[in-house]
Amino acid sequence: MIFKTFRKGGIEVPDNKMTKDRQIEPVQIPDIAVFPLSQHIGAPAVPCVQPGDKVLVGTLIAKGESFMSANIHSSICGTVKKIDKAPCLNGAYAPAIYIERDKEREEEWEPAIDRSETLADECSLSPQEIIGKIKDAGIVGLGGACFPTHVKMMPPKGAELDSLIVNGVECEPYLTADHSLMLAHSAEIIAGIRIMMKALGVSKSYIGIEANKPDAIALFRKELKSCKNIKVVPLKKKYPQGGEKQLIDAVLHRRVPNPPAIPANVGVVVENVATVYAIYQAVQKNRPLIDRVVTVTGNSVARPSNFISRLGISVNLLIENAGGIPEDTGKILHGGPMMGKPMRNLEIPMTKGTSGIVLLPETVSTRQPEQNCIRCAMCVEACPMGLEPYLLAQAAADSDWETAEKEGIMTCIECGCCQSTCPSFRPLLDWVRYSKNKVGGIIRQRNIKK
Amino acid sequence: MSVIWISLIILAGVGLVTSVVLFVVSKFFVVEQDPRIGQIEKLLPGANCGGCGFPGCSAFAAAAVEKGSLQGMACNACSSEKLSAIAAVLGKEAVPVEPKVAVLRCNGTCSNRPAVAVYQGVRRCSVANIAGAGESMCSYGCFGFGDCAAACKFGAVTICPETGIATIDPCKCTGCGACATACPRGIISLMPKTKPDKRYWVACSNKEKGAIAKRSCAVACIGCGKCEKVCSFGAISVTDNLALIDPAKCFQCGKCLDECPTKAIQRYDIQNV
Repeated sequence: MIFKTFRKGGIEVPDNKMTKDRQIEPVQIPDIAVFPLSQHIGAPAVPCVQPGDKVLVGTLIAKGESFMSANIHSSICGTVKKIDKAPCLNGAYAPAIYIERDKEREEEWEPAIDRSETLADECSLSPQEIIGKIKDAGIVGLGGACFPTHVKMMPPKGAELDSLIVNGVECEPYLTADHSLMLAHSAEIIAGIRIMMKALGVSKSYIGIEANKPDAIALFRKELKSCKNIKVVPLKKKYPQGGEKQLIDAVLHRRVPNPPAIPANVGVVVENVATVYAIYQAVQKNRPLIDRVVTVTGNSVARPSNFISRLGISVNLLIENAGGIPEDTGKILHGGPMMGKPMRNLEIPMTKGTSGIVLLPETVSTRQPEQNCIRCAMCVEACPMGLEPYLLAQAAADSDWETAEKEGIMTCIECGCCQSTCPSFRPLLDWVRYSKNKVGGIIRQRNIKK
Repeated sequence: MSVIWISLIILAGVGLVTSVVLFVVSKFFVVEQDPRIGQIEKLLPGANCGGCGFPGCSAFAAAAVEKGSLQGMACNACSSEKLSAIAAVLGKEAVPVEPKVAVLRCNGTCSNRPAVAVYQGVRRCSVANIAGAGESMCSYGCFGFGDCAAACKFGAVTICPETGIATIDPCKCTGCGACATACPRGIISLMPKTKPDKRYWVACSNKEKGAIAKRSCAVACIGCGKCEKVCSFGAISVTDNLALIDPAKCFQCGKCLDECPTKAIQRYDIQNV
C-alpha cells in the first residue's frame, strides 16, 4: 500500500491508542445536564427557554442568532433548572443552561426525530435545505475546533469547490473516538458523505485515514468498492496530519495560502468523520447534535473506553465510568495530549468539542526543567507550517511583536510539534500562544483604525 | 629641522584647520534646543517609567515645553514641589496633582487561596493568563509571577515568597501606574494618597457569585453588600458580586472593615508610611 503524507515538518508520536479495539459503549443518562452557551467558535447562543420549562430530548434550548453561531439542543428529557454560570475549560465561569432529568417519566424524544437504526441513504433535499437542516441541528466541527458547519458549507463568493475531504486521521495519540465511530457506522458515514457532496456541489471526495487504522481502511475500501467518486486515501502515520491544511496537502498536494485564505480558496472543504455522521443523523433522521463519541483513556486508567455520551454530562461522571481517577494521575486533559487543554475542575460539562479525556500519569505529564536553546533547529524541522519556533519564542520573550508578525506568527496552528521535539525542553508553544494573542490584538486594532 | 619640529608644526596645522571647521559647523549647523527642556528633564525622576504616556522623561519634557504648560499632563512619580518647580521653568503656576499610590486588589495568599493545580509553563503572568491557568480556582486573582515587579522602576513592588502574591510598598510607590498597565488581569489600581491618614480598599477582584468565590479563596469578596449598607457616605457600591470603594467619597470611618464577613477589605495607615 502506498501511504501519502504532508510535505513539510511533522513528527512521529507514540500511538498509545489503548482503546482501539474497544467498541462504543453507551454511558448512563446524566441526572443534570449543563449546556454552556458558548461551545463553538463565534457568538454564544441565546437561550430560548426559561427556568421551569419542560424540555424533551432534542428540544432547542438556545438559538445561534448571529451568522457565526450554533444552536444548542437538550440532550435529556426534564425541566430547565436555571440559567447560570458554569465552569469552563480555561478556569473561568461562563453562562450555561442547567437541565434536570425527569426521573419519574419515561424518556420522551421530540416527535420529529427518527430513532430507527435503518439506513436511509436516499436524500431528495436541495443543497439549501440540507444546509438549513445542518444549521438547525446545531452541528459544529467535532474534531475539536467546533467551527459551525453550516458556515463552512457556505463558501465565500469566488471560491470554486471541487472536492470534499473527510478527516478520519485522528493523529492525536490516545484518542480513538473517530476510529471506533468509523468501524461502527461506516454505512452512515458514507451516506453522510453523499449528502455533503450534494450540498456542496462537488463531484469527488476523499476519506483520509492514517495507517495505524488498517481495519478502518479495509472496511471503507470494501464498502466503497463499487463507488468511483469517493476514494479512501491511506496516509502515513505522522502528527499533525489531522490539521486541515496538512490533510489537504497530504491528500491533494494543494497548499492553502496564509490567512485570511481558507481551504475553500483551494477548492476544498474538510470535515471530520464524526461531523459527517452527525450530518447524516441531522438530515436523514432529524436528529440534532445531542450526543457524541468520546474516548476516556490514560496509561493507568482501569477501563479505558470509547463512550457514546449525551452532551452536558460532567467530565467527572465520564471518568467514573472508565474506572475513576488513578492514583498516579498528574494531569487530566480535555482532548488529546498534543492539543488538549488541562482541566483543573472536573465539574466541567462535556461539550460538542469533547473528543477525549486523557488522564496522564505524573511521570508523563511533568515538564522537564527548561534549558538554553542550542540552535539545533529541530523545532524548525518539525514545524508543519514552515515557521521558526525558536525565533518566535524569543520575539515573544522580548515583546518584539513586529518581528513575531513578520515571521508569520499568525499562521501557527498550535500543534505543539516544536515544543515536543525540543531537546532543551523549552516552552516554545507557551510563548507562541502568548505572542499570537498579542499580535492578533494588534492586528485587530489596526483593522479597526483602517 | 629635526623630526620633532616637523611633527609639531603638522599637528598644530591639523589642530588649527579642524578648529576652524568645527567653529564654522557649530555656527551654521546649530540645532536650536530650548534650554528649558534640559532644565525640566533634570527635575523629572529620570526613571522613564512611561506612566505619563510618553516614551520617557525627555519626551515628556520636550512635550511640556512645546505645549508651554503642564495642562493635561502629569508625572505621577513627581512630588508636588517638583511639579511646581517644573511649572516655574515654564513660567506657570502648578495646579496641585493628587499623589497616587498603587494597591493590589487581591489578597489571595498561599494560605488564603489553596492551590488546586500546578503550573509548569513560562513563569510570567501575561503568559499564564493566556493559558487561563493560575494555580488556584480563582480566575481573577494575582498569579504572583511578578510582571508588575519587573515593570516597577522604583523597587516598590516585590513578590513576597511567603504569600506568593505581589506586595506594594506605599513608601516607595510613586503612583506612576506602570504596574497597573503590566498586570494582565488588571487588578492593580491607583488610589489617591493625600487625604488624611488611612486608605481603604477591597482587596479582591473576583466577580463570581459568593459561593464560587468563597470556595476558591477564604478572603474573597462575596458580594454580600453588608459594606454597602453600613457605609454612611454612599462610597461603596456592589456590582457583579464585587464591592468597590470610591476613594473620593470615602471618609475613612472604617465601618466597612469591621463589617466585612470575609475580611476582604484592607487598609493601610498613611501616617506609618
